[in-house]
Amino acid sequence: MLMVQASLDGILLGILFALIAYGMALQWGVMNIINIAQGDLVILGGYIAYTMYLVGIHPAWGVIVSPIIMYFVGVLLYKLVINKVVDRDLFISILATFGIAIVFQQLMNFIFGADVVVAQSEYGTTMLFDNSVTLPNSKIFSAFISVLYAVALVIYMKKSRLGRAIRATAQNARAAKILGVDTEKVYAATFGINAALCGIAGALISITLTLHPYVGLPYTVRSFMIVIVAGLGNLPAVALSGMGLGLFEEFADYILGTEFRIGAVFMLLVFILVYRRFKLSKKREYLK
Amino acid sequence: MGNIKQKDLILYSGLIILGLAAPYLFSAFKVQLTYLCVLIVLAMTWNLQGGEMGYNTFGNILFYGLGMYLTASVQVGMFFPLAEWTESGGEKTFVHTTAQYFQGIGVGLLVSAIIPAIVAGAIGYAILGLRGHYFAICTLGLGIAAGEIAGGIEIIGAGQGFTTPPFPAEIVDTEARGKFFYFLSFALLIGTFVFVKYIYGSRFKLILNAIRDNEDKAEAMGIQTMKYKITGWMCSAFFCGLAGGIMGGLIGYIDSTDVAFDGREMGVFMVLMAILGGKGTLWGPVIGATLFHFFKEGLWTLILGWQYVALGVLIVVIVIYFPEGLMGWLREKYPERFGEVIDEKDRKAQVELK
Repeated sequence: MLMVQASLDGILLGILFALIAYGMALQWGVMNIINIAQGDLVILGGYIAYTMYLVGIHPAWGVIVSPIIMYFVGVLLYKLVINKVVDRDLFISILATFGIAIVFQQLMNFIFGADVVVAQSEYGTTMLFDNSVTLPNSKIFSAFISVLYAVALVIYMKKSRLGRAIRATAQNARAAKILGVDTEKVYAATFGINAALCGIAGALISITLTLHPYVGLPYTVRSFMIVIVAGLGNLPAVALSGMGLGLFEEFADYILGTEFRIGAVFMLLVFILVYRRFKLSKKREYLK
Repeated sequence: MGNIKQKDLILYSGLIILGLAAPYLFSAFKVQLTYLCVLIVLAMTWNLQGGEMGYNTFGNILFYGLGMYLTASVQVGMFFPLAEWTESGGEKTFVHTTAQYFQGIGVGLLVSAIIPAIVAGAIGYAILGLRGHYFAICTLGLGIAAGEIAGGIEIIGAGQGFTTPPFPAEIVDTEARGKFFYFLSFALLIGTFVFVKYIYGSRFKLILNAIRDNEDKAEAMGIQTMKYKITGWMCSAFFCGLAGGIMGGLIGYIDSTDVAFDGREMGVFMVLMAILGGKGTLWGPVIGATLFHFFKEGLWTLILGWQYVALGVLIVVIVIYFPEGLMGWLREKYPERFGEVIDEKDRKAQVELK
């Protein structure tokens, strides 16, 4: 039964990771930047939902409020910093967003304190298989909302004008510019949408998992990992590898123990990269 | 040419005399001076990767932390059972005699130089085939994974930390501890500088630069890039391990994520210092580390609580506005001082082209 428990937990968790990774893939594909502050945006989104919980509003409404606030945070961040790193070396974007991540962590530490917090959704739990498998309803809720938002985003990217502009810019920024797309606006919107996705994920994390100012980096690494396995702009693969990662993590948790959970995630990243490096080097190629 | 040599000689001997006299001149700041030496060593070794080889690593912290744990473990393990030491928190139960302490730290430092270099060779073979940002992220992951894993291993203290052997109580001179660690780190600094300077005058540096500028072409020219990349990383790891070992002894307490594998502080500092001074130059990291250390020590206490915000903003500003660093800026301003000759005709032609 432990297996079933871990599998279900992992899959539900993985859908959440896939949502964050989709944002990562979006900005990577469109703007060619790697955002180390991704996880901290997630945690910030979570704290928005947590604040709502503190003032007495049900935290589940965070999945609507948090993305709206985070969108503007994202646009602001773009105007302040990100627009200066878009066309430059990827390492510059890594370091610059690393700086942003440190600032965010510390500010969140000031505002919300260094305690581990969780917003109680009081959704109760579902018991399966003669009460041997417990499944918090909040996890089911979070997976459902993630899928909902992901589908909405895919439709939006396909149908809307901005969505088409974003896809055009991702394909060829210069050509898009010539054809009258305001790429500067597109970049700002892309980063805003990414931040909004992080906001949704954060709000869901605030009710399903726990929040702490310094746990952002593992979320960044998870989304990075999902993107390099799935590739840019391949949503089904992102969802699948998200679930795979969720499964891996839950099983690592059961087998190795909780203290090695984060370590296992980071080691998996190293293993995936090394595996792909050896696979590609047989063809005398390398990861680009 | 002879003239320049003489100038260099005066500069170097001046710096060495200053370095030797520093603990007596500023005797209240011995710990800070030791920090400075270690920071310079870390910045210089990072520069070998990030600046010369073009492989921006966050992973040198791995060797630093490894060196720290190894030195302390060997120093304890040579004379006492390691597991009992960490369990009792270190103090009281076992006391090193003076001879044991120095023997231990000597052997410990030796081990902490060799093992990280071997580790660098082994993992270097696997991950130095990654390029650009994949390498950066991979090393970031390695550094953090190492911290998380070390925090779960019982024999080196796990979550509650590892107390390194206290300085022998038989030495009554209260200044001795500070002086000992200062001169140790100063010796390491001189060793590192001489080594890096030697590399700067060698073919090896040119090969590293070729790898940085275009690895495919370097390979096509018949350079076995992997061999040189691994060698370069092993050199860095050697000195990073030593720096970590000295720091462990100085701080006296090792925590897995806050002291040893401290990616959030040391790991970022070394990158920042090298970029601040100007990567890809011999003096850049030295100047960058010195400036950064003064800035840090001066401001850290003034803006208590806000230091990480300041650090983050500093990173963003430096990376976005001064990616070439101080030396790069100077080079732009006074190219002739760096031995660059500007062809006026060529420059005019370039201006006209624009």
